[in-house]
Amino acid sequence: MSLDLATTRRIAKLARIGLEENELEATRQKLNGILGWIDQLAEVDVTGVPPMVGTETETLRQREDKVTDGNCRDALLACAPETSGPFYTVPKVVE
Amino acid sequence: MLTGLTLTEARAGLAARKFSARELAQAHLDAIGRLNTALNAYITVLPEADVLASADAADARYAAGTAGIMDGLPIGVKDLFCTKGVRTTAASKMLADFVPPYESTVTANLLNAGAVFLGKTNLDEFAMGSANINSAFGPATNPWKRKGDEATALVPGGSSGGSSAAVAAGMALAATGTDTGGSIRQPAAYCGIVGLKPTYGRCSRWGTIAFASSLDQAGPMTRSVADAGLMLEAMAGFDAKDSTSSNRPVPAFHKAVGKSVKGLRVGIPAEYRAPGLPAEIVAMWEQGIAWLKAAGCEVVDVSLPHTRYGLTTYYIIAPAECSSNLARYDGIRFGLRKDAPSLDGVYEATRAAGFGQEVRNRILMGTYVLSAGYYDAYYLKAQKVRTLIKRDFENAFENVDVLLTPTAPSAAFAQGENMDDPVQMYLNDIFTVPASMAGVPALSVPVGLNDAGLPLGLQIIGKHFDEETVLSIGGALEAAAGFTHTPSIHAGAGA
Repeated sequence: MSLDLATTRRIAKLARIGLEENELEATRQKLNGILGWIDQLAEVDVTGVPPMVGTETETLRQREDKVTDGNCRDALLACAPETSGPFYTVPKVVE
Repeated sequence: MLTGLTLTEARAGLAARKFSARELAQAHLDAIGRLNTALNAYITVLPEADVLASADAADARYAAGTAGIMDGLPIGVKDLFCTKGVRTTAASKMLADFVPPYESTVTANLLNAGAVFLGKTNLDEFAMGSANINSAFGPATNPWKRKGDEATALVPGGSSGGSSAAVAAGMALAATGTDTGGSIRQPAAYCGIVGLKPTYGRCSRWGTIAFASSLDQAGPMTRSVADAGLMLEAMAGFDAKDSTSSNRPVPAFHKAVGKSVKGLRVGIPAEYRAPGLPAEIVAMWEQGIAWLKAAGCEVVDVSLPHTRYGLTTYYIIAPAECSSNLARYDGIRFGLRKDAPSLDGVYEATRAAGFGQEVRNRILMGTYVLSAGYYDAYYLKAQKVRTLIKRDFENAFENVDVLLTPTAPSAAFAQGENMDDPVQMYLNDIFTVPASMAGVPALSVPVGLNDAGLPLGLQIIGKHFDEETVLSIGGALEAAAGFTHTPSIHAGAGA
């Protein structure tokens, strides 16, 4: 499969990476080079093979249903690039 | 020479009070002061007063007889582990000013064992790379030079390139690394040190900045195989905060080194004899086989038929997980922010400015293989092939105890080489990626120099949770190889 410019633009939009128009073509070529190489997987027969999720060395466990963390609002907010009082800030999203 | 010791030797020297933890730490701070401009192995060096205060506390514990297994040992920490109150960048502009309010489990375990942190070591941005050239803080440089060519700067490997350069050059007794597809083992081989990627689940991933969560695993980078065992003991252990953490007991790994390897069965995977593999790599591999035979091992030919799909599968699964993990860098909650009139605009501007080229490309690739219409063809297919790769290892391990392979298909290359074609760069990890896909432990041991005077490593791959046999075989190889070479740039050279 090979990428066209429109698909490259769409992926960049989905990934929320603001590529300039003049960066799109170079990106498309780079990704296409990798995809061409990846396409060799098509020759592997995976009929009846289950997908491997994680490395399956441990089974997932349940933990006790109780609060183990929290009360660290100020420490977390201190990591934010911009805050207002006890809140994160974003551009206005409601007109 | 305090900067030339192994962890084991330094621990013994401290216990016998031959030198103090303060002297040991000071010697390393001095070495960093002299060499870091040339090697750029550390992104952040901790303030001298803080390092010496940790060392003094270690000295007090030795005096009180309460010293831990890593007590007073000065080490580097890959700048991917969150360290409380110490800037943690992942070598990205995105996190250039990020100071975590918490400590990763692995570094907390090391601190509890008494280790003294010197600083945060350089890496490829978000651990994505094989040459440490993708760092927003500039590349780390390999302290080794080609014979007769001191001018050409070589890569230290990646992504844990700052850690491998620091340990090789005497700027830390050891360092932590993380390995997603070879990021501990390949730089260890390029810099002539030991690197161990434990079984997936052995070390907690909590507080380690995530790249590809089903593959990421922390491990030690050291000067000896016994050191790797010792340091893993301190790093490993169950952690309720990581759902994939293993609750198996942590053995006394260092005791596995020096155990007889007589009668152990060593598999040689036919598929790793790739066409075009350089003669010097083949020769080193043959030498390793001969050494293990002489130590009493039985060498057996095995087949891992899906080896050639390891790398391609990796470059679907790792970018997919990366695109998901790195979605958190939104310019709102932490890290860099670039303002724009709309919320989507903030995301797009922040992520375009904060991520370097390779990271961007991997996020885009991951987004593509997970997107509607392509998920089955790429991602689901890759997960199924991953099952086949894991089965290859399980089948092989029915007949052998470990596998022996080269760690990398070449010695360290020059900065600027292999840069135009990403696929060419990815091929450096061809021998390390399959063990990552299967989640099995693997160790790189330096075994000799090539004609250009650069170190080469051999890789030992073991069964899930059988690091001990891997370390025993590694110890046997180390003893036979007697690798004592040091690089041209070293704390002990010309000082």
